[in-house]
Amino acid sequence: MISCEEASQICNKSQYREASLYEKIKLKFHILFCASCARFSKKNKKLTSLCEEADLHCLTEQEKTTIKKNIKEQL
Amino acid sequence: MYIKSGMTLHKLHPDTWVDHYADYLFNYAIARVNDEEVAKDLVQETFFAGLKSAKNFMGTATERTWLVAILKRKIIDHYRKINSKKGKAEVRINYNDRSESEGDWLEEQVADPFSLQENDALENEELGLAIQDCIDKLPEKQHLAFTMKTVRGLSTEDICNELNINPSNLWVMIHRARTALMGCLNENWFKL
Repeated sequence: MISCEEASQICNKSQYREASLYEKIKLKFHILFCASCARFSKKNKKLTSLCEEADLHCLTEQEKTTIKKNIKEQL
Repeated sequence: MYIKSGMTLHKLHPDTWVDHYADYLFNYAIARVNDEEVAKDLVQETFFAGLKSAKNFMGTATERTWLVAILKRKIIDHYRKINSKKGKAEVRINYNDRSESEGDWLEEQVADPFSLQENDALENEELGLAIQDCIDKLPEKQHLAFTMKTVRGLSTEDICNELNINPSNLWVMIHRARTALMGCLNENWFKL
C-alpha cells in the first residue's frame, strides 16, 4: 500500500487531472483504509470545486511588473 | 470620527500594494465591469489615486478597505464615462407592446430580486474574494505556484520552466498551498 504522502500527492495531481488511472486506483485503495487521507481527499475536491465556482482571475507577473514600474514613476 | 484609544492605526505601504492587493482588486473590478483590460486599467488607476490621496488616509481602515473604496469610485467614474461617450445617459425602456400585455405595469418587468441566477452571481463574487483573500496570505512561492496552476491553469511543465524548479518541488508547494487554503477557508466554506 502507498504511503499517505504519496496518496496526498496523487490526490493533488488529480485535482488538476494529472493523475494516471493506475495512480487513481492506488489512491482509492489507500482511502479505503485511511480515514485522514479520505478526509483530505474530500476537502481537496471541495477546494477544487470552490475555485471553479469562484471563477478567479489574476494579473500575470508581467502585468504586475508593469504596474509596479508605473507606480514608481508616480512616486 | 471615533477612534478607540490604543487602537493601532494602519499605515500605507505603496511599494507592496501590487503584490498584496492587485489580484483582489482585479477580481473585485472584473465582477463589476466584466472586461479584463478595463479591470486592469481600473486597478492601476486605483493605485495612482491612492498615491495622490495618501495624505488623506486616516489609518482607521485597513489599506485594502481603503483601496477598495477608491476602486469603487473608479468603477462609477468608468460607467459615467461610457455613458457620456454615448452622448447621454440612456435609459431605454422597451415597453412590452404585445397587445395581451397592454396596460401591465412596468414594475412587472424589472429583474426579480429573488432570482436564483442573480444571487448566484453575488455569492460567487463573495466566494471569489474570500478565496483571493486566503491566496494573498500564502507565502510568496506558494502564492505564485498555486495561482499559476489553479487560476491561470498553466501546465506543470510550463510552470517548472518558468520558476526553474522540478515537478516534485511544484507538487510540494501546491500541497502546502492547498492545505493552507483549506485551513483559511475552513470557517466559512468548509462546513461539510
